[in-house]
Amino acid sequence: MSSVNLEVLLQTLISGVLLGGLYALIALGMTIIMGVMKIINLAHGELMMVGMYIAFVLFSWLHIDPYLSVFIAAPALFVLGVGLQKFLINPVMKVDAILPENQVILTVGIGMVLANLATIIFQSDYRQTPVSYATKAWYLTDLWKGAPLELSLSFPWSVSFTIAVLITACLWFFLAKTDTGKSIRATAQDLDAALLMGVNVERMRVITFGLGSALVGAAGCLFIPIYYIYPDIGGQFTLISFVITILGGLGSTVGAILGGLILGLFESLTATYIGMGWAPVGRFMIFVAVLIFIPGGVASLLRSRKFGK
Amino acid sequence: MKRYITYIVLGLLALLPLLGLNSYLMHILILVIMWSVIGMAWNLLSGYCGQVSFGHAAFFGVGAYTAGMLYSKLGISGWWGFPASVFVVAVFALGIGYICLRLRGPYFALATLSMGVIFRIVAENLVGVTGGDLGIMIRERTWIDKTWYFYIILIVAAATYYLVRKVIESKLGYYFVAIREDQDAAESLGINTTKYKTIALILSAVITGFAGVFYTNYMGYIDPKVVFALHDISIITIMVVMVGGVATYWGPVVGAIIMVLLAEAIRSIPKLGTAHHTLFGVLLIVIIIFLPNGIVGDFSKLKRLFGMRRPAP
Repeated sequence: MSSVNLEVLLQTLISGVLLGGLYALIALGMTIIMGVMKIINLAHGELMMVGMYIAFVLFSWLHIDPYLSVFIAAPALFVLGVGLQKFLINPVMKVDAILPENQVILTVGIGMVLANLATIIFQSDYRQTPVSYATKAWYLTDLWKGAPLELSLSFPWSVSFTIAVLITACLWFFLAKTDTGKSIRATAQDLDAALLMGVNVERMRVITFGLGSALVGAAGCLFIPIYYIYPDIGGQFTLISFVITILGGLGSTVGAILGGLILGLFESLTATYIGMGWAPVGRFMIFVAVLIFIPGGVASLLRSRKFGK
Repeated sequence: MKRYITYIVLGLLALLPLLGLNSYLMHILILVIMWSVIGMAWNLLSGYCGQVSFGHAAFFGVGAYTAGMLYSKLGISGWWGFPASVFVVAVFALGIGYICLRLRGPYFALATLSMGVIFRIVAENLVGVTGGDLGIMIRERTWIDKTWYFYIILIVAAATYYLVRKVIESKLGYYFVAIREDQDAAESLGINTTKYKTIALILSAVITGFAGVFYTNYMGYIDPKVVFALHDISIITIMVVMVGGVATYWGPVVGAIIMVLLAEAIRSIPKLGTAHHTLFGVLLIVIIIFLPNGIVGDFSKLKRLFGMRRPAP
């Protein structure tokens, strides 16, 4: 392999990992909602779109850096998520209907309203936040003069990735160490048992939906410096997070992180070696392959390795 | 009286073109009937068999493209799409069923949703086969007048209605409902759930494909963004049935009337036109919360609400 080929491969792998970290953050929100409520939130991408527009508005009106707007967008999305869960989804969970998938269809309705409202407010133009550091990058040759390869690391991508990792770590701490976090995990594992142990399941559902929304809202802020926005952007991220959740194993947080990384790497490789237009097809090829060959996702592979011996 | 209502409605509809309606009204009527067909097809799979599909645009699009490609590649009339699509759509439905039917409930819903998107992306990228984003244009319309189109879709709708009714009242229909109510219980009673879910999927897909074939011939132009649309086909299909009534014979028809008229009405109001997805979304939310079984399914509830019948003791 010539050194140029190797360079391209390494560069592709780097961008794949960076993208995968952000994907993992988006999928985490969906996974914990799915784990606790047993419903798929089809408005997930649209919530991310709301987070992105919050960051966009803060940047263009108040000149707040998109990374700082995480602290505004995430709480805002938390409140929005709590509101949606409390006033729309919870009532529907009690309604007696022929189709049990009513809640899923309901989230479609919510997503439609959010996307369309964004179109009305912001028009359907593609927009960007022209941050000053958008094209800044680190080069390997700057750090190591005689390096045989030339690799670069984009500044905004690496900052976004680092923040995503930090948020994931905080989430892990929250779920593993705090009382509320433990109650959420208990609800996800066995609803009735949690109820018997005195966990306020209703409240946990509300908190989980808020938490999932806040995570994806934060992801939206991290995406803003490196991406562009338009009102219908949500749909594609809903699908991405769903593909990751299937890939990782339904409701598994570790699976979601691994799934995000795998998908990021795979998409980056397809984009480099096959063509940009086919990256979405690659995403769905993975999805179909996982459904046929490892229906339990990566998490089931990990589990069988652990307990198989 | 109640036994003959189907025939009466059908007869009245067949007489409608004799009134000399203008071509816009005929267009609306044709759209209403086409959406009822798609709604009835979706209802068969999702309402009766309980497998909620978010990807019926895939079948609609495959049907539409079968007709379109017969015309553009083989140079024969797009109407041959009706017999051809039965085979083509059934093969695609088998493939989709093989992958998606191993999932349950919301996961099945999302898997079919992704299928719809995959089909759109593939149709956009396989320029050599489908013509890509340029789409397919049928240059010579079969008829200028809309009357014959009306009768063709009316026949399709009547046949669909008859088929759905026959299936649901047969043993097959009871299997479907059993699967919807409790798949594990159905399996433990010896129902081969995979087999019957696949049958429901193929029936539903072929009927939806028929609507697609008709669409190509009627509209004269298709492209991947139109016939594989997520919101404008798949979601509207769900809305038609949700609004009208899940698992009812007349629900899809009522839903189609409401949705088509609503879409036309919203489109004609200036300024509000851009907001039509918001209004659809709000309508969907309201229906799910207050009339979860749709207008036909919760008709007694509606009657009570408007004081047409004294409340149940």
